[in-house]
Amino acid sequence: MQYSPKVMDHFANPRNVGEFSDADGVGEVGNPACGDIMKMSIKVKDNVIVDAKFKTFGCGAAIATSSISTEMIKGKTIEEALKLTNKAVAEALDGLPPAKMHCSVLAEEAIEAAVDDYLKKTTGKGLEKKKELPHDEHHGH
Amino acid sequence: MKKIYMDHASGTPLHPKVAEAMIPFLKEGFGNPSNLHQYGKTTSAAIQSAREHVANLIQAKPNEIIFTSSGTEANNLALKGIAPAHRKKGNHIITSQIEHFSVLNPLKTMEKSSYEVTYLPVNKHGMVNPDDVKKAITPATVMVSVQYASGEIGTIEPIKEIGAATKEKGIIFHTDAVAAAGNIPIDVKDVHVDALSMSANQFHGPSGAGALYLREGIRILPAMEGGVQEGGRRAGTENVIGIIGMGKAAELAKLELPQRMAKIRTLRNQLRDGILKKIDNIYVNGHPTNHLPGNLSLCIEFIEGESVLLFLDMQGIAVSSGSACTSRSLKASHVITAIGVDAALAQGTVLFSLGRDTAEDDIAHILEKLPPIVERLREMSPLYKSKKI
Repeated sequence: MQYSPKVMDHFANPRNVGEFSDADGVGEVGNPACGDIMKMSIKVKDNVIVDAKFKTFGCGAAIATSSISTEMIKGKTIEEALKLTNKAVAEALDGLPPAKMHCSVLAEEAIEAAVDDYLKKTTGKGLEKKKELPHDEHHGH
Repeated sequence: MKKIYMDHASGTPLHPKVAEAMIPFLKEGFGNPSNLHQYGKTTSAAIQSAREHVANLIQAKPNEIIFTSSGTEANNLALKGIAPAHRKKGNHIITSQIEHFSVLNPLKTMEKSSYEVTYLPVNKHGMVNPDDVKKAITPATVMVSVQYASGEIGTIEPIKEIGAATKEKGIIFHTDAVAAAGNIPIDVKDVHVDALSMSANQFHGPSGAGALYLREGIRILPAMEGGVQEGGRRAGTENVIGIIGMGKAAELAKLELPQRMAKIRTLRNQLRDGILKKIDNIYVNGHPTNHLPGNLSLCIEFIEGESVLLFLDMQGIAVSSGSACTSRSLKASHVITAIGVDAALAQGTVLFSLGRDTAEDDIAHILEKLPPIVERLREMSPLYKSKKI
């Protein structure tokens, strides 16, 4: 199992680490037993994600997927951000080892959780239907 | 960049004198040792000499050594070879929860074919209680298999006490000594083990060479059938170069063991003390005194082991990690779990394992590089802030 140079770059020089004191949406997913916890914070203006930060407890792939997904959702509308798939995140990193694909799923879930939190805060109502993500399926590969 | 190898538990570098002993055979050691001509005689004599050195390392007799391809093969041969040879007596095997997978997985397979296995728990230091072994023995028990020492947390098991219990009951005692052999003194007669697995690459020999010690007179079914190599107990033309390397490594280990142990233990304790002084919320795994000299297993709170491994590697320092993410199964190490470490903390497991080539300035280098890495990962961790308040 080896990481791509792009994964190593995002792991060694992660973009957008941290959180906002005045975040518009915060999502935390994962659990320590699985080895990763991802916390995604977003700032939203006129339905556009203007800034994003993350904090992650996890392996190299977990940190790299968190880093690149904050970059990928910046400048996107809420609707566009929700369309971001774990596959797109993995592809943007020039691929992930099969055993690490669950990290990209976690990134997708973190974005969704942050958006859900934002919608709850602004409209009082979260996402209508949570996307069914094949999270567990990736375990044990 | 300075390169520091701190992963001797995964495999040790070849001793230069071992390489020297192997090279002539790499070029001219093609003679099949089973042959009576001069080519065969040369290699069979070299193998015999290697067998003596390996036997001598653990106070066994040369004919009690069966060469294998690895420690894994030795463990498989012991379990799948000895238990079936004594099947008429019973079908019960006792082992511990913290064995290597080359013991646990063969046992799982055997459980599917009429064997019953008891997996003994360990205490927080990873130690098996010999009384638990005694209590687990039933009339159907044929074999006990408990590792000599843990390669993951370093704890040395009470082998002599377990050996006394099995001897009294006439039960065969196998020990996986892959992490221990060549790193601490072993006397198979003194501790009364009947079978013992070892691997050359754990004591500066080549990989691809292992051995099973089997006490004279104990029946075993061959795992590999064919010719009469290794007394018919392990057929197949011998790995001449590997065996010669293992013999030389055993000879050197026996000779250098007291000095190696003293030096490695001192450096290991320096590293432990330095890390504990410089980093907070960090815990040492394994038994505080009864452990392999070079093993330092740590749980670093709030962060994950693979990240530490990768950052250390960027600094030229090679370690291993017991976190879920570095194992294919994505589960925390069964050893760390068995000693009662909680799930999140178990993810922060990092193993430093020192060897005969570890130097004092290596320790200073690690003590300089590790704290900022831990600090950086903690700053990135959502668990850190929440617990810091």
